[in-house]
Amino acid sequence: MIDTIDHQLIEVMQNGLPLVSRPYASIAQALDLSETEVISRLSQLKQRGLIKRLGVVVNHRRLGYRANAMVVFDIPDAKVKQMGKQISQFNFVNLCYLRPRHPDVWSYNLYCMIHGKTRDKVLQQLEQLIKACALSPFDYEVLFSRQCFKQRGASYFSQKNVKAEFEL
Amino acid sequence: MLSNLDKQLLNNFQQDFPLSAKPYEEIAHSLGITEQDVLFAFEQLNQQKFISRIGLVIPPNHIGVSSLVAMAVPSDQLELVAAIINQYPEVNHNYERENRFNLWFVLMAEDEPHLQVTIENIEIKIGFKAMQLPLLADYYINLGFELAFDD
Repeated sequence: MIDTIDHQLIEVMQNGLPLVSRPYASIAQALDLSETEVISRLSQLKQRGLIKRLGVVVNHRRLGYRANAMVVFDIPDAKVKQMGKQISQFNFVNLCYLRPRHPDVWSYNLYCMIHGKTRDKVLQQLEQLIKACALSPFDYEVLFSRQCFKQRGASYFSQKNVKAEFEL
Repeated sequence: MLSNLDKQLLNNFQQDFPLSAKPYEEIAHSLGITEQDVLFAFEQLNQQKFISRIGLVIPPNHIGVSSLVAMAVPSDQLELVAAIINQYPEVNHNYERENRFNLWFVLMAEDEPHLQVTIENIEIKIGFKAMQLPLLADYYINLGFELAFDD
């Protein structure tokens, strides 16, 4: 699906695009490729959906978005896809995933992330979401983050020596 | 603190960053300024850690496998348990959250067997059960993070 060169390209790109006039040429040099090939490989990875986006990755904490809530809902299976798509439309929602339930322990299946400047603001947006998507019949919990023990730096491909930061 | 240029650079180039030989020049032209202005502003934003990078966001589970894992850990042991978990190179994010399941982390591996072995190892080492919550479907199209500068 992805060849070795794509893997290496993704790895090198994890350090960020260099702030120089011809950044793709500088990436190309590190990988012994041509500038054109780097650009065309990145375009293709994007087209194939293997890159969700290419651009500025902001540090929301530093920009004042310190309240981070993971909201989990228990939505009937038949409805969850439609709900997930609807929830994703809101610009304050950052992620929206389906995950398995664990019977008797954890009944939630739909997860979304809301980042806000304050806790109150996040709760207010959640209320808006619940109203607009008619989510009030369903159980949910709000899990604000307290401490961040680790945020990145995992190396997933020890054998292939590729690192990538994923959206999660 | 943030100039108008900073705000534009932060908000308007989170997706579809130019894939051309001189992307910063292309941005500069679209804003009616010079490439040097753009490079300088990005450098400042980078140094002040307002941006973590100009780079890629990759969807989960296209390269390797991953799982979100939740654990219920007594609060007096949380720091220690989190520190042990962080030592695993497979661990990416690791957060304390307000819930009876108070520790939430993401594991990544090359393949499913490696992932499962890692989770088993962690459970044995720590003595708490890991609730695995792998991604089943992704409903969100990532267009970046819209910043509000009004307050």
